[in-house]
Amino acid sequence: MSILELFGKRMIFFDGGTGTLLQEKGLQAGELPELWNIENKQALIEIHKNYFEAGSDIVLTNTFGANRIKLHDVNYTIEEIVTAAVKNAKIAAKEALSEKKGYVALDIGPTGKLLQPLGDLSFEDAYEAFREMAVAGEKAGADLVVIETMSDIYEAKAAILAAKENTNLPVFVTIVFDEKGKLLTGSDVTSAVAILEGLGVDALGMNCGLGPHQMLSLAEEVLENCSIPVIIKPNAGLPRNENGKTVFDVSPEEFASEMEKIVDKGVWIIGGCCGTTPAHIQALYQRCKNKTPLPIIPKNKTVTASYTHAVEIGKDPIIIGERINPTGKSRFKQALREKDLDYILREGFSQQEKGAHVLDVNVGLPDIDETEMLVCVMKELQSVIDLPLQIDTSNTIAMEKALRLYNGKAMINSVNGKKESMEAIFPLVKKYGGVVVGLTLDENGIPPTAEGRLLVAEKIVNTAESYGILRKDIVIDVLAMTISSDQQSALETLKALKLVKEKLHVKTSLGVSNISFGLPQRETVTASFYTMAMQNGLDAGIINPNADSMMRAYYAYRALAGLDNNCMDYIQHYSGQTTTTVSTPSSTISLSTAIEKGLKERAKEAAEEKLQNTEPLALINQELIPALDHVGKGFEKGTIFLPQLLMSAEAAKSAFEAIKVHMDKSGNVQTKKDKIILATVKGDIHDIGKNIVKVLLENYSYDVVDLGKDVSAEKIVETALSQNIKLVGLSALMTTTVTSMEETIQQLRKQKPDCKIVVGGAVLTQEYADMIGADHYAKDAMATVYYAQEVLG
Amino acid sequence: MDLKDISQKEVLRYLGYGNHCADEAITKLISECIVEILNHCHSNHVYKRFHCVVEKNKIMFENVVIESKNLSKNLSECEEIILFAATLGTQPDILLKKYSYLDMSKAVVMQAAAAAIIEEYCDQCQKQIEKELEKEHLYLRPRFSPGYGDFHLKHQKDMILLLDCPRKIGLTLTDSLLLTPSKSVTAVMGISKKNKHCHIKGCESCDKINCAFRRD
Repeated sequence: MSILELFGKRMIFFDGGTGTLLQEKGLQAGELPELWNIENKQALIEIHKNYFEAGSDIVLTNTFGANRIKLHDVNYTIEEIVTAAVKNAKIAAKEALSEKKGYVALDIGPTGKLLQPLGDLSFEDAYEAFREMAVAGEKAGADLVVIETMSDIYEAKAAILAAKENTNLPVFVTIVFDEKGKLLTGSDVTSAVAILEGLGVDALGMNCGLGPHQMLSLAEEVLENCSIPVIIKPNAGLPRNENGKTVFDVSPEEFASEMEKIVDKGVWIIGGCCGTTPAHIQALYQRCKNKTPLPIIPKNKTVTASYTHAVEIGKDPIIIGERINPTGKSRFKQALREKDLDYILREGFSQQEKGAHVLDVNVGLPDIDETEMLVCVMKELQSVIDLPLQIDTSNTIAMEKALRLYNGKAMINSVNGKKESMEAIFPLVKKYGGVVVGLTLDENGIPPTAEGRLLVAEKIVNTAESYGILRKDIVIDVLAMTISSDQQSALETLKALKLVKEKLHVKTSLGVSNISFGLPQRETVTASFYTMAMQNGLDAGIINPNADSMMRAYYAYRALAGLDNNCMDYIQHYSGQTTTTVSTPSSTISLSTAIEKGLKERAKEAAEEKLQNTEPLALINQELIPALDHVGKGFEKGTIFLPQLLMSAEAAKSAFEAIKVHMDKSGNVQTKKDKIILATVKGDIHDIGKNIVKVLLENYSYDVVDLGKDVSAEKIVETALSQNIKLVGLSALMTTTVTSMEETIQQLRKQKPDCKIVVGGAVLTQEYADMIGADHYAKDAMATVYYAQEVLG
Repeated sequence: MDLKDISQKEVLRYLGYGNHCADEAITKLISECIVEILNHCHSNHVYKRFHCVVEKNKIMFENVVIESKNLSKNLSECEEIILFAATLGTQPDILLKKYSYLDMSKAVVMQAAAAAIIEEYCDQCQKQIEKELEKEHLYLRPRFSPGYGDFHLKHQKDMILLLDCPRKIGLTLTDSLLLTPSKSVTAVMGISKKNKHCHIKGCESCDKINCAFRRD
């Protein structure tokens, strides 16, 4: 009988801690407990037996860290260790229990490494390590997989996919919250529950970190958000340090009585973690064995999430920022072709700053590899912006890859009523979780009437449900079309909005801007329509948050609709804005002074003023470059310091941008100087030094090919060859990564001998640079600029 | 920790100012960065006490043998040590990356501010531990980290493993022995029976006297 069949019929009991028990049996600090499965199996059989006898239905195998990332230098294979561990637990079950079944759960703990982009472990490598465990566990006869003590929801996702894709076992997941209800990597309860539920786990909850007293309120928060069975496995209190040893104070009786309160809130599956013993489990079992699990009430919340926080759709209108999209934007297209991530990310930052709740991400262009670009942009966005993303692509392969690697519960844009579309998209929604946007069009096109669109919406919702996708995870877009070609289109769209909400009880979305296509002063029409749409039930408008009129419409609507308590949001945004600021005397500051003082805004203005009667090139050569040189010299002499140097660089950059706009307008093409590769070498994940050098080189008009951090020698050589690069700059921070630098230099010498190499970084010295065969050692960022001038002119 | 706990001077030192003063704009920027990090960081630490044997060039505890003259000197006459690890969590790394895109000058100041904050955090944790040891009439030696002098970086592995850092405080190690999150510290501190005042911190005890960031 599967453990799932016990759900709801009676309470289910896990085991408690094993670490302390193993230490009592002689496990030394730093020794790998997983090896005891083979080398000291009797100890484990005994511990498992004690738990079964105490009342546990499920015991965890002693495989917490039995993954290839942690156990790489041992004499056994992962399969051998996992197999032995499952066998030990099965023997214990057989010896301890005669009447009831004892379930053996393959225990999967974290790898002990941080996933990219914060650490160096790739999602795929984590997946592979978990896959190996899961496959071995099922083969050895485990009854379920328990993924536990996860403090990074992304790592949990890798483990869940590995277990679900490669075994048929039920999958339970427990994560570690701190007292504030946060995971170490930042997820809160709502986001974590949304992500785990979305991935289709069979039960979820928390373990470790806290004692039963602290877990009570968190358990309630989990229960409020969760529509599947909840697991709670606390420590025996908060750890306390006694003479350098960790001790836990909560007694079995106290543990059981606190846990009873948690059970009474609606938790179905209980057990213990660090510091709990068979005595704790026995007390727990005695106290709670006759409790009837409370029924689970489905929570119909529509939630999308980044890895840190969740956004609920439906309570209060939310804004989906539309700016990360090349349609009709030549500058954005150029950025995509040049892989100019800085530009794309800035579109993200500005929308976040303006108040977007979710960012739509569309990077489709006919002449680029959309899958690669989408994944790349998505990962970069997620590494610095904590808003949930809406993955926007019609390419199913790109969609699947993006959903697999997304850290959170994404919005999926989109599916429509065509059979082909639904067959491609719904399995992805089911597998990875997400909130899917359904467009009301099908094989017959877009129905002209609201009733027609309702029918398509109904078809989408019903088909989704046949895939097991809940209505709460569907958002319907009834499509806005310009009123310039059909006078009735706005009214029909508004009517459709109302209809789908009333009849189907789903949330709604709309690409609002389309409404004004072809009209002058579009913002006026779009903003008014936005207000009307919200009034008719629009939950998630896809709009341009940088457009002031749209944001005004948004805040005004919320104030008018009684959604903005005491109009506080509105007041906060718009009070005091009418007072004119006293103009500063900055307009007298010259361009060169603005650069030297690092005044970004003024530098741009001054450049714009100058351009009215100065040739761009003359301005660059006679003002900009001399000012930069002056700052550079000051830096060298030690009268100007790094932050000032960079402020000047940023000011110069904004002046350059003004010049660029001017030149583009006049049809001139600005010629960049030669290309230079910059990279932080393999194994090194600190790139601030490299980024400083990049800013300065760009100031001097070099075309920097930034390969990022942790870059393999092969990739650097390949890029140098394919783009015929004459100068490569390498950065390394640690003595341990200078070896990768040396390796890169050797490979470059062999395959691209005409290429010069400049190196820099915290641990490097002239001697070191000579030793590893670099052409030049740059002691600071300016030194790289001077060397580039020497080599490339 | 709040703004007043963090020394501007230390931040300036990390920025390469030496003993020079910063102008008003930079001073303001430093304060802003300190506040922003303090508001976002999630500091955490862990430590454990071990018996040890210290010989001339060798330190032994549990299954670990460290060969290091500098560390032996630092731990002379100690029979016990504390292994210590602390981190500011992942947020400072995310902020640093964000400002690398938006404003490089702010990014470098952030970086320096975060470095000063983690050091201050370690100092505060250390004071706590000192207080506890005082009850037993024991004293703490200054912290000494892998990578200082001849204390080889490979011992980061022992530190992380013995302290169970990934699980306890979310501190991990890359294959190339870098700590992630990057604003983190691991250290060994000797426990001494003598109240030997020892003001020498990591920086001053390092052999690299021509370092641009040296404190004195």
